[in-house]
Amino acid sequence: MFNPISVSEVRERYSQGESCYDVISEFLEKIKDSRLNTFISISENEALAMAEKIDKGKLSGRLKGIPVSIKDAISTRGIRTTCGSKILENYVPPFDAHVIERIKAEGGIIIGKTNMDEFCMGTTTETSYFGPSKNPWDESRVPGGSSGGSAASIAEGSSVLSLGSDTGGSVRCPAAFCGVVGIKPTYGLVSRYGLIPYANSLEQIGPIASNVKDAALLLEIIAGKDYRDSTSVEKTFEFKLMDVSKVRIGIIREMIEKVDEKVQKETWRAINKLEELGMNYEEVSLPMMDYTLAAYYILAMSEASSNLSRYDGVRYGYHIEKEMNWNTYFSKVRAEGFGDEVKRRILLGTYALSAGYYGKYYLKALRVRNLIIQAFNKLFERYDVLLAPTMPTLPFRIGEIQDPLSMYLMDINTVPVNLAGLPAVSVPAGLNNGLPVGLQIIGKPFDENMILNVALKVEEEVWKR
Amino acid sequence: MEEVIIGLEVHVQLNLLKSKLFCQCPTDYHNSEPNTHVCPICLGLPGAMPVINRKAVEAGIAVAMALNAEIQEKTLFYRKNYFYPDLPRGFQISQYDFPLAYGGYVTIETDSGEKKVTLKRIHMEEDPGRLTYPGTIDTARYSLIDYNRSGMPLLEIVTEPVISSPKEARSFLNKLRTILEYLGVFDGSLEGAMRVDANISLKGGARAEVKNISSYKGVEKALSFEITRQKNLLKRGIMVEMETRHFDEARGVTISLRTKEEEQDYRYFPEPDLPPMEPRSLIPDVKDTIPELPDAKRRRFMEEYGISDYFAKVLTSEIRMADYFEKVAKVIDPGLAATWIADILKGELNYRDMEFSEVFEAEKLIQVLKLLAVKKITEKGAVKVIRVMLDEGGDPLKIVRRLDLMVMDLSEVERLCDEVIEENSQAVSDYISGRKEALNYLVGQVMKKSRGKADPGETNRILIRKLKEREKDSS
Repeated sequence: MFNPISVSEVRERYSQGESCYDVISEFLEKIKDSRLNTFISISENEALAMAEKIDKGKLSGRLKGIPVSIKDAISTRGIRTTCGSKILENYVPPFDAHVIERIKAEGGIIIGKTNMDEFCMGTTTETSYFGPSKNPWDESRVPGGSSGGSAASIAEGSSVLSLGSDTGGSVRCPAAFCGVVGIKPTYGLVSRYGLIPYANSLEQIGPIASNVKDAALLLEIIAGKDYRDSTSVEKTFEFKLMDVSKVRIGIIREMIEKVDEKVQKETWRAINKLEELGMNYEEVSLPMMDYTLAAYYILAMSEASSNLSRYDGVRYGYHIEKEMNWNTYFSKVRAEGFGDEVKRRILLGTYALSAGYYGKYYLKALRVRNLIIQAFNKLFERYDVLLAPTMPTLPFRIGEIQDPLSMYLMDINTVPVNLAGLPAVSVPAGLNNGLPVGLQIIGKPFDENMILNVALKVEEEVWKR
Repeated sequence: MEEVIIGLEVHVQLNLLKSKLFCQCPTDYHNSEPNTHVCPICLGLPGAMPVINRKAVEAGIAVAMALNAEIQEKTLFYRKNYFYPDLPRGFQISQYDFPLAYGGYVTIETDSGEKKVTLKRIHMEEDPGRLTYPGTIDTARYSLIDYNRSGMPLLEIVTEPVISSPKEARSFLNKLRTILEYLGVFDGSLEGAMRVDANISLKGGARAEVKNISSYKGVEKALSFEITRQKNLLKRGIMVEMETRHFDEARGVTISLRTKEEEQDYRYFPEPDLPPMEPRSLIPDVKDTIPELPDAKRRRFMEEYGISDYFAKVLTSEIRMADYFEKVAKVIDPGLAATWIADILKGELNYRDMEFSEVFEAEKLIQVLKLLAVKKITEKGAVKVIRVMLDEGGDPLKIVRRLDLMVMDLSEVERLCDEVIEENSQAVSDYISGRKEALNYLVGQVMKKSRGKADPGETNRILIRKLKEREKDSS
């Protein structure tokens, strides 16, 4: 059931005198009662211990007492972190990701680790070793992915803030399918230290929340330079309200023409509403769209094939208690520990990097990536934000899409943003047949404030009415 | 004789840096328990990210500059993908296109004069962990992995195929070691400090690569073996195959590992977690830290101390020896100091297979040479003291006393000479009648009586004087 809870609602309960212990206990109960399979692990002891500390006045901060759920791809010290895979089923990291340190420092309470596609490879959570999560709007449907557990948890109100990660749409897609807000920050704004990598050059950790301001609050906390991630930059983020009536909007034609009619209809309805409010838009073309998906998958799979080499059962993770020579052992561990989609991407990535194919695939994909960046730069000379539907369809049924290629096509509107390292937010903008439609707002690098203000407008003027 | 063509890939561990290449783990693991110098980064735990150690880049630049190589404007790390139990990420972070530096050379001495061994490139990479096998590699039932070495900063220095004998290869490596030690980033005496892959071919034949030769002597042995092997093949009319071979140090032979068809595909691609660097911008900072290098020091020693080219060369072949010499030469005549360090002390070390790092302090040698200079001990006695100090340690004066090495007082020698002349009238008359060799017998008798403590030169002089007096008296 769709029943999200905002940060201010929780704060209100605290100001009424409720104890953090009671509030957190209630959320923990909600997780346990949920039928959506949103969590892989619940960190009950840690969460309640922290709640007690808060009740004793030992902790404070901007997230004081707020229950935060974390995608299981983000390392949490002492709390198992599976990345949705059998191969890490019992892996407990000895360190916290940078973003976890920041949340804890602000008094946020980590209540559990959310379900996800195995190693973030999927669009539905169906590739999770722990089974798929379900969409709170319709339990027969997928919540989107890969951060599906996070978005579903926010939508069902079993946590108030959540962190996902977005490599090719993995925050925005489930946010759109679950009717919540998800931000993919500019590449480098948030430290990836502690995020189990799928495709390092494409991904960012991003907040998911029930509303724009809550998502912005979490982004404020996790953004900023971290010396442990050399790709993070000397930037911070602060959300400031601004007048968006003069914002120059471009609607990306290629991203709207080819999508499902119901999604088109809701998208235009939202755009027209903005127009009624006096905002202007133009239809624009993003060339290279035909090549983005191919380029994205080549790069992502190439990096993944290398990133996932470390899971060999020697130091941690799934292992076999049997004597054999090491290469047989590695093969056996990986054959038994990885799911089909992960194996498919490792194989394809390995192929793309192989001698004789590297130039044909990997280098060509890099060239496409540069062209996309240039194409976006050009559009941003004339527009402040670019709009498009986040997903090409409404949330579909669990098991409905079996063919991998059809599944990859679901990422068509989200991957260009990752290729170009841009910030984007998915904000709910309409309902069709009782299912939410997300609107994607894309901005210039480090212009999160602009896209979030436009998203706020959509939330206030379109979604909430 | 067939022409031999050798190219070397030298892996140099920058083992005197404080921390590893991509994490803050300390590098002084050599005497530590296995797996105690590790962290999430060098263990490759998921989500832990490498961060480049700036000091390691600076050290790489210093080495490249000292080797006259051209530092590149842009440098990049790549992933070299392969599975091996000692490789915790399943890839090694190394360099490929855009290495730290191209070119450069090292000057070595050969039988036919000076030679410049030209370099192809210098790049940075991380060391994997270390596998140990109980017993030998082919009979062990299991292996143990120590990740202390994982992430140690390495430089790979690749020569052009310009080395023409195992001996030249050895002197190249010696010179390289000398330069690296001068820079203070490398201690060649530590285990695994320098590991070499060698490409060897005879003119007209295919080349074989011998992997992972881990001792200085091993290089010469492996190359000699490989050259003989290839020559024998050619003699029998068999083509040399292009292949990778392993050097079995214990047996002194090379064994085939894999042929060309089985070569690995490392699937290099740029490491996405490490942005490109611009090493040239660091040159001004590094420049001032480069000390006087061996060739310059050698010239200075000749000028400043007036010692021979040979001594200057030997003394500067190791930074420790050069520093040692300068300490001694401040107090002792430099010529004497040079002889005793470069010839005698170095000879004793070689005999014992000891490194210069194991030598007693310079102050002790100064004491010995002072005693020698004022003739309190003989040269033979001085050598004896040095030997004892190398073998057992100890204080030179105490050793001199304990072994009774103090030269006999001259008046005592005079007395012994008188005694010997009295007791050996036959030899004395032989001498006087012109058989000068009788003197040796008399000297020997004095030495015997003094139990070796009389100075042979002084004894000789005194005896001649006394015998001359006798001659006069009898005539």
